[in-house]
Amino acid sequence: MSSYGLGGVHQRNDRLARRRAVNRLMELAAWLAAALAVAILGIVVFSVARRGYHQLNLDLLTKTPVPFALGPVKQGLANAFVGSLVIVAIATAMALPVGILVAIYVNEFARPSIRTGVGLALDVLNGLPTIVIGIFVFGLLVVGRGQSAFAGSFALGILMLPLVARSTIEVLALVPASLREASLGLGVPRWRTTLSIVLPQTIGGIVTGTTLAVARVAGETAPLLFTSSIVGNQVGWNPHSALQTVPVAIFELSESPDPADHARAWAAALVLLVFILCASLLARWLATRSRRKLGAAR
Amino acid sequence: MSTTIEPAVRVETRRQPVPAPEKLERVFHIEDLTAVYGSKPAIKEITLDVYKNLVTAIIGPSGCGKSTFIRCLNRMNDLIPHFRQSGTIRYHGHDICGSAVDPVAVRRTIGMVFQRPNPFPKSIYDNVAWGLKVLGMKDSLDERVERALTRAALWDEVKDRLKASALSLSGGQQQRLCIARAIAVEPDVVLMDEPASALDPIATQAIEQLMHDLKSEYSFVIVTHNMQQAARVADMTAFFSISTGGEGERWGELIEYDQTTKIFTAPADSRTEDYVTGRFG
Repeated sequence: MSSYGLGGVHQRNDRLARRRAVNRLMELAAWLAAALAVAILGIVVFSVARRGYHQLNLDLLTKTPVPFALGPVKQGLANAFVGSLVIVAIATAMALPVGILVAIYVNEFARPSIRTGVGLALDVLNGLPTIVIGIFVFGLLVVGRGQSAFAGSFALGILMLPLVARSTIEVLALVPASLREASLGLGVPRWRTTLSIVLPQTIGGIVTGTTLAVARVAGETAPLLFTSSIVGNQVGWNPHSALQTVPVAIFELSESPDPADHARAWAAALVLLVFILCASLLARWLATRSRRKLGAAR
Repeated sequence: MSTTIEPAVRVETRRQPVPAPEKLERVFHIEDLTAVYGSKPAIKEITLDVYKNLVTAIIGPSGCGKSTFIRCLNRMNDLIPHFRQSGTIRYHGHDICGSAVDPVAVRRTIGMVFQRPNPFPKSIYDNVAWGLKVLGMKDSLDERVERALTRAALWDEVKDRLKASALSLSGGQQQRLCIARAIAVEPDVVLMDEPASALDPIATQAIEQLMHDLKSEYSFVIVTHNMQQAARVADMTAFFSISTGGEGERWGELIEYDQTTKIFTAPADSRTEDYVTGRFG
């Protein structure tokens, strides 16, 4: 072996063995960390499912709660599901156009220095504690006017904005510059190029980002405690009044002394969890699909 | 059939002689054009005239600023941050560089075909028709599309599948589609930035033929690093080269600008001669 320049093989073997051992150890540690991350998700999903599925039935989704009911009265959380739907829908309607416009400005029109600045602002906004946003909206819209679903939507919309803008910026950056040049070279104005050539390429990515943002805010509790938590038990669609939501309902039911309420809280948590998992998987699938489409356009 | 050995660069003998510059109409009058990216000069003090209904070729080694130059002619460089230029470019006597000039209007009359085919991810028909629609040329759309595709020598190949995606075409077909798209909106000048560099010889020939056929209606400026191509298609040829200054600065400069026959057979500058005979570059 020494003829191949591997002189002192015996001496080096010890070191090699130690290196191998360290390598194995590090690999194992990394593997364990990865397994832990997966396990935590698994444990959460499993424990919620185990405790929630007893109460999971159609009544939970379609019936409204019966106040002060004791014992096994069949009652649901329809008001919370409808409220969440209304609030998240309005939040999306507010955050989506603003987020897309922010992304278009940053990626298509802004100077590089402004681009970095706005990007940083979006990251900071994304990192703001949700309770801070809750208090902000409370001071802005709730004080003097009372709670409303609209105020809740506004708070969730603030949370969604950086998520939508960031993901849209990412897909806009993927649109090849040659495509913009093709349009501009024809003598087409920039706004028209952006609207008709660039933006259609990014729809898949925008839908993906929005789906993820919806999944993220559908489970938000803190901002809604300030803005839409003093609610009745009836199903309501009017955004001018406060509406019950799933996360707030879970929070309130878990505070109740009645074990039946706890069971309902678990069931509602399970529904929320399944919704978020499905939305995330849908977003992933949409992302792969749109990336494939963009790749073909190159 | 006997075969003869072709010289490396053969100047087409079929070409019609270029009239004297005094008799030609000037499309571009470029004076002292200097272009800078940030603090890096790309081209310095270029002065030349581009004439109507001729094909003008820009040749030179990589990095000599050919593309920068041609992109100045329709304000395409405006999109690049930190790009600055000085000097004047007069288009039919009008300054097109000033901040008061709308670059969109400039690009409207001075079309461009890019190095890599860049069709829109739309149908073949819509690739040509979209620009027409956006620019308000909506009357007799079908005829306009057919005429543009015919002129770009693509009509016969695509007339049965106009609704198919443009991305399903071959590279050469895509580039001809891009040419059709550019000429459909009836520009005055067509700038071509190495239009055949990504294409095979047959597609290249088709594009060269097309320039030859269309130059009675348009003026072409073509950037190419392929000398044979310049010799085949161009009436006038400008040779750019890289100059170096102190501190390792490099920029592109116009060495010689003359009739193509002259550039390839009797260049005035020894640097041109070195380049076209293959001793350099």
